[in-house]
Amino acid sequence: MALSKVTPKNKALAWFEERLPILTVANSVMGPGTPTPRNLNYMWNFGSLAGIMLVVQILTGVVLAMHYTPSTLLAFDSVERIMRDVNYGWLIRYMHANGASMFFIVVYIHIFRGFYFGSYKAPREVLWMLGVVIFLLMMATAFMGYVLPWGQMSFWGATVITNLFSAIPYVGDSIVTLLWGGFSVDNPTLNRFFSLHFLLPFVISGVVILHLWAKKISDSGNPLGIEVKTPADQIPFHPFYTVKDAFGLGVFLIVFSYFLFFAPNAMGHPDNYIPADPLVTPESIVPEWYFLPFYAILRSIDFSIGIPGTDVTFITGKLLGVIAMFASILVWFFLPWLDTSKVRSGNFRPMFKFFFVLLVADMLFLMWLGGQHADGLIPLLGKLATAYYFLHFLVILPVLGKIEKTLPLPESIAAAVIKPKASPMPAE
Amino acid sequence: MTIMKNIAVALTFAVGLGAASNAAGDVEHPKQVPWKFEGVFGTFDIQSAQRGFQIYKEVCSACHSLKYFRFRNLDGLGYNEDQIKAVAAEYEVAGEPDDAGDPTVRAALPQDVFPSPFPNENAAAAANGGAIPPDLSLMVKARHDGANYVYSLLTGYKDASEAPEGTNLSAGKYYNPYFKGGVISMAPPLVEGSAEYAEGNPEASVDQMSKDLVNFLMYTAEPNLVDRHEMGVKVILFLIVFTLLLYLSMKKIWRPVKEGKNFYEDE
Repeated sequence: MALSKVTPKNKALAWFEERLPILTVANSVMGPGTPTPRNLNYMWNFGSLAGIMLVVQILTGVVLAMHYTPSTLLAFDSVERIMRDVNYGWLIRYMHANGASMFFIVVYIHIFRGFYFGSYKAPREVLWMLGVVIFLLMMATAFMGYVLPWGQMSFWGATVITNLFSAIPYVGDSIVTLLWGGFSVDNPTLNRFFSLHFLLPFVISGVVILHLWAKKISDSGNPLGIEVKTPADQIPFHPFYTVKDAFGLGVFLIVFSYFLFFAPNAMGHPDNYIPADPLVTPESIVPEWYFLPFYAILRSIDFSIGIPGTDVTFITGKLLGVIAMFASILVWFFLPWLDTSKVRSGNFRPMFKFFFVLLVADMLFLMWLGGQHADGLIPLLGKLATAYYFLHFLVILPVLGKIEKTLPLPESIAAAVIKPKASPMPAE
Repeated sequence: MTIMKNIAVALTFAVGLGAASNAAGDVEHPKQVPWKFEGVFGTFDIQSAQRGFQIYKEVCSACHSLKYFRFRNLDGLGYNEDQIKAVAAEYEVAGEPDDAGDPTVRAALPQDVFPSPFPNENAAAAANGGAIPPDLSLMVKARHDGANYVYSLLTGYKDASEAPEGTNLSAGKYYNPYFKGGVISMAPPLVEGSAEYAEGNPEASVDQMSKDLVNFLMYTAEPNLVDRHEMGVKVILFLIVFTLLLYLSMKKIWRPVKEGKNFYEDE
């Protein structure tokens, strides 16, 4: 946890380093002076990928903002201008639009890595909670970014999502008016969303620094989920994990490039190439794919809570849906205490492993449900999948920790991963 | 790795469910046509797109605007500067007000967009029985499976007698199973003899004209498609080689770790 001091040979650098130890900090976060568990697998690549995607989104976004016009009359046209007349504008915009999807894929894998390997357990609770904060900020940023092209899905998505806040008792309508800057989604809405869409990534960057700081304090976890005991358990971050992260980045960029160059609209909705029209509601209003599981949860709750047989309603279905949607993410904050197992890694928890796979399947199922019309069996399936989602976090995890018989943990990381050298032939 | 396998099984299950449920729905799925612009090496069929431009000019432009397409964009369809100027000059657009402040008209220039057929949406609606003909610049990107959809729509008109029970086909409405709801306000735009192609071109059948028009509209929707594909091939080839080098570097650098070296004591 101590910083690994760097003393540059160059006099000017040494003078500067003494006054502001930037190299020391860099060395202690991802340099040769950062001892790191020697057994991290490829699931540990996604943190650095998420960081790189944040930078990609900020860089492309700043360039787009140079050409974009946040006005309901010109927004759609200015995006088409970027696509057609700005040099490499199509490349920058497709990078930004597909980059958002890629960013979410990476972050989802990063989060589920945490779920499986118990990355949220002591002493990493704050590190984990900062991650949840980043995810919430990302969702807000992505939502507002999707509004900016001012296509049909932009407009109607904004209308549906901002309307959710009207479910809040007493202050709901005032909050919605404040979000809109008027009495419907209109030019003031677009303007404030543009401003906030520009601001929030920098807020995310700030929380990312805290996230890394907390990581430095508690050190990286590892797939075995046991603490580092001796120096033999560790290797320097650089060059070992820098080169591994670089290789991972290469593979990731190939996937990103495929979408960027050959299927740039595959993850978007065609209706967003139709200019926003407040008088024409699209046949179905669907959020971006990365919001679908949460959208499915929101939609599944269509019943009120009250006294049966009377007109008394305590919570309306709309408010309950909104609460469920936010709770589905907020529950992650309490994960360190909901999961009662002393063993971190899912590798040593046979029952947990099974329920983890079920959770992944449930999330994917919710994602699929979120994209369907809410008729036929869909609402019922949505209720079941939503119920299971909360059951996993609120019942299964706490109980599992009490009843599960875990596998024996290895003595140390080194003992588990270093194969004993073939012993030399004993001298006769 | 069993965990990976389990997740893969779960994914397959989820995808399977998705495929099964998509079968429902009242709109006919578009006919699938192999387009030249599809795929990693896809390029525009220039000859066809030029004929499509002719169809747009002679047929579609009577009702549909193309407001993101400028005359100069014709350079991507093999027209040279003089030809573009000549095409533009066939049209009149609003000019600067004259010295007295009165409106003027002038011949269009390459930088102008295609003039819209109607001065505003009300005029468009009034001339078309209340339905506003949509702008076509982005049409192939603004519909699911857009290219096949436009082709199917243009070739898929059926006689009103074939419409299912309960389809409300009032005057000025037509039956087209590829259109959502089946009832469309656009009269079949392409019929035999709608246009005549110059010598050396295929016969101007409805099928051929529809394909040509889709090729042209793909160009108006995504004029940078060829640049994008060419750049993509280069970028991915580079990345594959670069990633392979990174992989080999990683293997070499990691060898002492794999051999169990303790970097903090074994010195």
